[in-house]
Amino acid sequence: MSVQPVASGTLPSGALPADVVGSPGAAGGPPRRGSGSGGRRPAHPTARQMRWNAWAFLAVPLALFAVFMLLPIVMAAVISFTDYAIVGDSEWVGLENYTRIFQDAFFWIALRNTAYYTLLYVPLGLVVALGAALLLNRSRRAVRLFRTLFYIPVVSSTVATATIWYWLLNPQKGLLNVALGWFGIDGPAWLYDSQWAMPAIVLMSVWAGFGVNMIIFLGGLQGVPGDLYEASRLDGANAWQQFRYVTLPSLSRTTFLVTTLLIIGAFQVFDQAYVLTKGGPGNSTVTMVYYIYNKGFGALEMGYASALSFVLFLIILIFSLANARLSNPSGDAGERRSRRLARKAVSAR
Amino acid sequence: MTALESNTTAAGSGPVERHRPTASATSTSTPTPTPTPTPTPTPTPVADIPARRRRSTRSRVGSLIWYVAVIVLSIITIAPLVWTLSTSLKPATEILAGALNLIPADPTIENYLTVFEDVPFARYFVNSLILGIGGAITNVFFGGLGGYALAKLRFRGRSGVFALFLASLMIPSIVTMIPTFLILRGFPLFGGNDVLGQGGLGLLNTYAAVIVPGAAGAFAVFFMKQFFETMPDELGEAARIDGASEFRIFAQIYFPLAKAGMAVLAILSFQAGWNNFLWPLIVLNNPDMMTVQVGLSSFVNNYETAFGPLMAGTVVASLPVLLIFIVAQRYIIEGVAHVGGK
Repeated sequence: MSVQPVASGTLPSGALPADVVGSPGAAGGPPRRGSGSGGRRPAHPTARQMRWNAWAFLAVPLALFAVFMLLPIVMAAVISFTDYAIVGDSEWVGLENYTRIFQDAFFWIALRNTAYYTLLYVPLGLVVALGAALLLNRSRRAVRLFRTLFYIPVVSSTVATATIWYWLLNPQKGLLNVALGWFGIDGPAWLYDSQWAMPAIVLMSVWAGFGVNMIIFLGGLQGVPGDLYEASRLDGANAWQQFRYVTLPSLSRTTFLVTTLLIIGAFQVFDQAYVLTKGGPGNSTVTMVYYIYNKGFGALEMGYASALSFVLFLIILIFSLANARLSNPSGDAGERRSRRLARKAVSAR
Repeated sequence: MTALESNTTAAGSGPVERHRPTASATSTSTPTPTPTPTPTPTPTPVADIPARRRRSTRSRVGSLIWYVAVIVLSIITIAPLVWTLSTSLKPATEILAGALNLIPADPTIENYLTVFEDVPFARYFVNSLILGIGGAITNVFFGGLGGYALAKLRFRGRSGVFALFLASLMIPSIVTMIPTFLILRGFPLFGGNDVLGQGGLGLLNTYAAVIVPGAAGAFAVFFMKQFFETMPDELGEAARIDGASEFRIFAQIYFPLAKAGMAVLAILSFQAGWNNFLWPLIVLNNPDMMTVQVGLSSFVNNYETAFGPLMAGTVVASLPVLLIFIVAQRYIIEGVAHVGGK
């Protein structure tokens, strides 16, 4: 639905080539039908030509995919069974790297920190994004201005936003603690306090990222049929009941998408921890990716780091699947299937 | 500034809302309902005017609450940015005095000069520009071609290829990072390497180390596929019957139609390239090859308490993407909504 402006922007310019091509195509109306059903003879060369062209068009993306995605995955799997370290000989160590992980106290610290971050960040990010989307889901002219304002932090890099918050969270002169001081609150030392460093990073990440998910939610909200609201209003539903029984169920697909994106992103948090705290204080912000980065490129224990990265992948996979289960995707898949069938029916015609 | 603008819009919408009931009141005299541009809330009988007045005051209160909420949220999102800009223009003494004045008492560009003199920030800037633009061009071209093939050409294995691309979006980038580093380092015949990829540094410390692995990202292919799918098949079929080659059909018929989508993808790719941090940190170690983001992060370590230069660096590091966003914000937001809606 929200696509419309983009599409409508292209249509006027698109009308020209369409007409140009369409006019000879008008004469080719009957032949077009011929190529579809009766024209078995011409269909073969064009189909073969199309097949060749398709692979030619996909050649570069597929080659890059093979060299920089498939090959690395295989290599990572192999390396994770060795003690590869760039320099010196490497030996096959079997499952040693994987068994070592479970005895590695640092791994558990990193996992606990990452889980803590995820546990705070995902619900908070979800609620803030949905709240902002609900606020902006009305037909007012001012909406566009605020939509833009809320999106601005998303545009800046995590390094830039982290640097901003590094200053903002300064215990003495930072904006946050000074503002808290107005209300008589003695703000904590944030990044210098092992209790508060991670919540501070969560706060920063929510601030920096909620705009994207807000936009996705806005798109979802526009897809909620208006007559559902009308019907519920006639039934005497109040605002909360409308939200609970109309909005939320209609948004289940969008919510699932946003939670999945949040979970995948949260488990891979790195930039903020690297820029703001370097894992400190007292290892309270060592995240999984930060630990893997340190092991792989700092200590050059690339075999062990690869094993760690597979474990992280597995954890993300488990949480994503659990989320898919919780979000009741059965109706989802059904809807997608029916939509695919509809599309097929249209294209067959 | 934001508060001011929204206040004027609030004042502007006020009279319009007050005007609407009178319009519907006059419409009751005529038998056919006049087509009002916006649906009026439940047609109120002329008898219970007090009820209507009550509703209008309630809606005005609701409107006020809405504006308060939205403005508070705006302040929370924008204040850190404004404060960053203001800090970057203050001399060190004023910053350390801890005053919260947003307008510097004694504005100076000293911090910016420090940034460009103490570190080769101009060089970082150029590096980031090259990586951002390189990523945008390659992703639009190869993503466009690949997405077009998946959306508009019929061939066996199409859904398999698409599933492959889509599945790769699920894999955390940290998994492929170490092997990709090794592949770039061992790239044959580059950077002093022999045919077997031994002896030199390969593609490390070159722009290619960042641009090539991401030149046809799965996201770009996915994005362009979605975009091409919204276009009618008939255009290509008609040209095909006229004997046009597949590349011509792509280049002369669909490509011009996809300009808006490609512009959005170009902007998103540029932003991603400009903002990318971890990968350039790994593969670009030579100080001459560093990016703005990597430079800024080492700045945080070296200038721990020099908040003026730090904030100046942040402003410089954010400026290109912010400017692009301000110019093209409508398309960016709609592009994001477009992908999210699928």
